[in-house]
Amino acid sequence: MSISTTLPASQYSNYQNKVARSRATSEPVWARWTLIAIVLLFLTLFLIVPLAAVFTEALRKGFDTYITALTDPDALSSIKLTLIAAAIAVPLNLVFGVAAAWAIAKFEFRGKSILITLIDLPFAVSPVIAGLIYVLIFGLQGWFGSTLLDHDIKVVFAIPGIVLATIFVTFPFVARELIPLMQAQGKEEEEAGLVLGASGWQILWRITLPNVKWGLLYGVILTNARAMGEFGAVSVVSGHIRGLTNTLPLHVEILYNEYNYAAAFAVASLLAILALVTLLLKSFVEWKVARDAQIDEKS
Amino acid sequence: MSIEIKNIRKNFGSFSALNDVSLDVPSGELVALLGPSGCGKTTLLRIIAGLETPDSGSIHFHGADATVQKVREREVGFVFQHYALFRHMTVFENVAFGLRVRPKETRPTDAEIKRRVHELLELVQLDWLADRYPPQLSGGQRQRIALARALAVEPKVLLLDEPFGALDAKVRKELRRWLRRLHDELHITSIFVTHDQEEALEVSDRVVVINKGQIEQIGSPQEVYDHPVSPFVYQFLGNVNQFQSQIHQGEANIGGIGLKINAHHDTKHSAGLAYVRPHDIEIHKVRNGEAPAFEAVIHYIHAIGPLVRLELQRADQSGLIEAELTQERFRELDLSQGENVFVYPRNVRVFLNQAIPRDIA
Amino acid sequence: MHKKYSKNAKQNILPGFNLSLGFTIFYLSLIVLIPLSAAFIKTTELSFNEFWAVVSAPRVVASYQLTFGASLIGALINAVFGLLTAWVLVRYKFPGKKIIDALVDLPFALPTAVAGIALTAVYAGNGWIGQWIEPLGIKIAFTPIGVIVALTFIGLPFVVRTVQPVLENLEAETEEAAASLGANRWQTFTKIIFPAIWPALLTGFALAFARAIGEYGSVIFIAGNVPFVSEITPLIIITKLEQYEYASATAVAVVMLVISFLLLFAINGLQWWVNRRASALS
Repeated sequence: MSISTTLPASQYSNYQNKVARSRATSEPVWARWTLIAIVLLFLTLFLIVPLAAVFTEALRKGFDTYITALTDPDALSSIKLTLIAAAIAVPLNLVFGVAAAWAIAKFEFRGKSILITLIDLPFAVSPVIAGLIYVLIFGLQGWFGSTLLDHDIKVVFAIPGIVLATIFVTFPFVARELIPLMQAQGKEEEEAGLVLGASGWQILWRITLPNVKWGLLYGVILTNARAMGEFGAVSVVSGHIRGLTNTLPLHVEILYNEYNYAAAFAVASLLAILALVTLLLKSFVEWKVARDAQIDEKS
Repeated sequence: MSIEIKNIRKNFGSFSALNDVSLDVPSGELVALLGPSGCGKTTLLRIIAGLETPDSGSIHFHGADATVQKVREREVGFVFQHYALFRHMTVFENVAFGLRVRPKETRPTDAEIKRRVHELLELVQLDWLADRYPPQLSGGQRQRIALARALAVEPKVLLLDEPFGALDAKVRKELRRWLRRLHDELHITSIFVTHDQEEALEVSDRVVVINKGQIEQIGSPQEVYDHPVSPFVYQFLGNVNQFQSQIHQGEANIGGIGLKINAHHDTKHSAGLAYVRPHDIEIHKVRNGEAPAFEAVIHYIHAIGPLVRLELQRADQSGLIEAELTQERFRELDLSQGENVFVYPRNVRVFLNQAIPRDIA
Repeated sequence: MHKKYSKNAKQNILPGFNLSLGFTIFYLSLIVLIPLSAAFIKTTELSFNEFWAVVSAPRVVASYQLTFGASLIGALINAVFGLLTAWVLVRYKFPGKKIIDALVDLPFALPTAVAGIALTAVYAGNGWIGQWIEPLGIKIAFTPIGVIVALTFIGLPFVVRTVQPVLENLEAETEEAAASLGANRWQTFTKIIFPAIWPALLTGFALAFARAIGEYGSVIFIAGNVPFVSEITPLIIITKLEQYEYASATAVAVVMLVISFLLLFAINGLQWWVNRRASALS
């Protein structure tokens, strides 16, 4: 399920191939505008109106209520927990992504396509099941349940469980982003570094990573967005303890179920802003990549 | 530094890229590995660099076994076919890379690195590009930067993979002369890979012709051009006419015409292939005494440039003959299309019982 | 002098293969493979008859029907409108196009819980859109239609983002050739353009479908979660968990996992085929 994350291949190549279309291969003006209108209507109904609703509902009871909802101690502690989970999950999956991409893109070995499919697995698993499997292992009746209890370590219904679930659902993003990119770049530059006397780590730091920096950033942005926004998986392992094991999305749910709509949407608006910033950064990275590709092609 | 390559074999799956290749490169020589694409020449170069490991055989640098030595320790300079410049570094940083990645003890000071890099950039006459990035350079400029980068680590051996392959014809000619001059200045043992026979013949001290993973011939450009040892070399180096013939006691019978070949005097009734270069084809309007000649019709005249190229249809309809004349001789003969002429091959070279090589790139 | 090298000492001399592959497999096993296997091992606590009784209970079967039915309809809606969106974004110029293009990815970036409450607010009977539709006798929120709306939302980017690059890379020349041979625009689309993009369209459809099947966060707010009517399978799992029925929750999860894996393999096979086809054509 790679499509969700990878930069469209066209961003890297063929960027200038968009030939100005001639008369013979374009539609009549009325058809063109009808199609545009249908698409805009569809996207308005499904994207723009819901997005606008988040902010409208958040501010319905005035700005003061909005601020109060965000500065509530429970809200603040959920923000903190969300940041902690992302701060652990993102670096770990980043390191994994780089290692996996290095092995897969730069070497040939048997079972490579199976490995790539396995890395994709978390995308195919329902978030609810992602939470469930950690409950099965670390929960009270789970594999390690009694051992953990003996040592007074809580995983499920505590922060470690939330972190694990977050790592699981964001597992493939960086790897999926880097693998095609590093495959496309080949091995010549790394070999050149080797001939010039660089060590493996020097090659990684000075040649490979700078070459994929935008793809890397893109993967990190997506990982972060998903890590901060994950709901289903975290919901299963969190136990919903207010002020302790609630992440931002879970806090939204609690407020909503208490019919405290204004506060729910106020907190939700924070996450919506995060989503918009993510989209902005994503567009910026795509623009950067396209520009670099153009410079490459010009010469 | 001299290089000895002994009995190298390399397979990629079931494909045999190199089959028992041995080669000595004396110190300071500029050697061309010449062959069609897929012949194994690049694999051989990469094995010398340590970028590939051979399945068997050994490599010695200056007498010392380097077969299992790591790439980093071999002190070779390698210029990649597509240059492999580091896209995200300036030209200066590209050239400085090999010095910067040295361990602290042997790393030159920043000032020293700066001095050496500028020295090299001046050597390749591109000092003014130091702050540019590779994508901003032309192909020829990238080529020279790649060379400067390879030279920065003071390699004992310089290896170049199709160094001019990606350049257009004019730049290519300039650069290969420049490489020759550079080599005369620096005298680093150098090996370059090419599929362009003109390039190999013009630049190198010695040419190694490779086909299907095996060395066909080693010799000076003059030797391999004038005395090819196999039909493959004959066809690969320059244009050549090929004839099916019967060899009998020093004579090649081609379509009923017997040509003296000054070899194979003891051979009787064997099939063979006869080769004649287009410039060894002599043309007369009238029969020239007793000498054996083909009758032919001028099929096509291509008269642009210093040489005139003729396509001649043999009277027995068994194929075309290509001939090259000087403009002077062409005017003297006053030939025109459709005219009947007599064709006198000189310097016929015969290879006995050879299958016709088909896979010439 | 011949030195022998082991066949496995690969030609590649770049360092770090063992370290990077070793870490990859270790981390993959620790985070994904071993935990997932826990689900399959847990189900062995049930006999086959018990397992079958759980996964074929009427309420669970009703949830499959809703989950797969709504996912299918959502993916079909996305196939049609996603194709249109991709077409319009690639071929036409109009004000705000860049913003629209970026917004298409909103469902990837917006947390599902936020999407859930926002869609509910908009499509409820008193919502911005719901208030216009409810008088027509159509209830959206708290009905299966609401589930379809949510699953359409979260699957929206897939078709657009798979079809878009293929459309961009289509050569204008082939269309010009068709036009020069006398084809009209519709013929050119059906005979030249569509055959080139349908594998990508199918891939996008499959991706949207697979994503929708597992979706939880955006659905539960708008669905109403009425058993037999608007209760999706992931919610069944959660409900069973909350009642401490771990084994039966896991049994339902295993059914979903198997279906998801089959879909994943199908999609990977499809993408492999599409790529091969693309490289064969180019």
